[in-house]
Amino acid sequence: MSNIPQNLKYTKTHEWVLVNADGTATVGITDYAQDLLGDIVFIQTPDIGNNVKASQDCAVVESVKAASDIYAPIAGTITAGNAALSAEPEIVNKDPFGVGWIFKMSIADKGELDKLLTPKQYADHVASEAH
Amino acid sequence: MGQRTPLYATHVAQHAKMVDFGGWDMPINYGSQIEEHHQVRRDAGMFDVSHMTVLDLRGPRVREFLRYLLANNVDRLKDSGKALYSCMLNERGGVIDDLIVYFMDESWFRMVVNAATRDKDIAWITKQAQAFNVAVTERGELSMIAVQGPNARAKAHQVLGKAAEGALSDIGVFFARTVGEMFVARTGYTGEDGYEIILPATQAVNLWKQLFEAGVKPIGLGARDTLRLEAGMNLYGSDMDETLTPLEAGLAWTVGWNPPERNFIGRAVLDAQRTTPHRQFVGLVLSDKGVLRNHQKVLAGGKEIGEITSGSFSPTLGKAIAFARIDAGVTGECGVDMRGKVLSVTIVKPPFARNGKACV
Repeated sequence: MSNIPQNLKYTKTHEWVLVNADGTATVGITDYAQDLLGDIVFIQTPDIGNNVKASQDCAVVESVKAASDIYAPIAGTITAGNAALSAEPEIVNKDPFGVGWIFKMSIADKGELDKLLTPKQYADHVASEAH
Repeated sequence: MGQRTPLYATHVAQHAKMVDFGGWDMPINYGSQIEEHHQVRRDAGMFDVSHMTVLDLRGPRVREFLRYLLANNVDRLKDSGKALYSCMLNERGGVIDDLIVYFMDESWFRMVVNAATRDKDIAWITKQAQAFNVAVTERGELSMIAVQGPNARAKAHQVLGKAAEGALSDIGVFFARTVGEMFVARTGYTGEDGYEIILPATQAVNLWKQLFEAGVKPIGLGARDTLRLEAGMNLYGSDMDETLTPLEAGLAWTVGWNPPERNFIGRAVLDAQRTTPHRQFVGLVLSDKGVLRNHQKVLAGGKEIGEITSGSFSPTLGKAIAFARIDAGVTGECGVDMRGKVLSVTIVKPPFARNGKACV
């Protein structure tokens, strides 16, 4: 069973969202997603200042196995990309919920956060996908 | 559930991620595919290749038969135990399979063919063998473990014991020797030194465990693919198939052209193609970020000139590499359509890396 931290919100496309104290959101991919992808070798983070809609593809993760789009979980403006991923993309495999975060964004509509999956709902989603 | 090798339970116990591979449940990796790749380039790793098919061909006319069956010339095999890599072609010159054939004695050759092509290979070989009275026997009771890497032979000798070390210390490259019940060949699919060991299936788990204790780490099919790609070795079904000749798959070097009077299946087509322009099989290196993938289109001068047949990330180079089949005459730089974006790649001659070092 993969790790699903209780303090995060999730998407069906396996992104996680952390709402920061400053009102921004940090986004990454889940432990389940990194395990499915296998060794990650390149990550293209979104450009800062990009305005994105919920479910819009905005980053690409390439593993030895496949290229995978990362979708914005909510609408907002990209405020940061994780610069460490350029030299060490494998940190997403090692610590997907920590130093392996992918980008930060502003939150255009706080109401959209309620549409994201809770840890319990995400765990059910993963269980249904795995079978 | 697919077919399982005698090592299935051992793989699961070693935390392998199992996948379907040509109808077999095989380990894709035991954790990190990239770490496994480096383990083989830098030290020693082992692969369960028991899904591959071992065939023994026996009869007084077996050499004459193989001279006709295979595109490479078995008359290159003069010493007992010597191995030869060859394509087996249909009448149109298309590749039915690629294989290794070992000369044992004048009435016995051994062949190792791919797992996914087992049924059609056996049907084809058996059909062709009839006219030569050669008996084709599948050795399903045997397993196969490949031990590869700069330290692979030393660690294998440690496990196989003093007697084996004596028998194997001076074994030549692409030679096999019998050690007790084991058939030990100095061959492989990684571009590193090492052995492919064919042994009774009942002994496979024991050898695997002993090799593990000697510091040989288990390696999955994922790393096997990046190792063979770096080493410039083709994969049947991706890089060539029955619709392609060896000349279109970078395998002209494996065709035994001499003597010109040797009649092998597919020869007429190859002889004609040899002197006319035909698609070329090349290596590609991407300097930008991204990973080259199978079936991506190769472009030059704004038009499509071919396709990637095997693409991946090279852990040794830290860049994406690929094999591609492209139009004749194109050299230098060309483009690859990667998810709608055209990135520039350099055309190179494989291998990309062997014996622990980059070659491009």
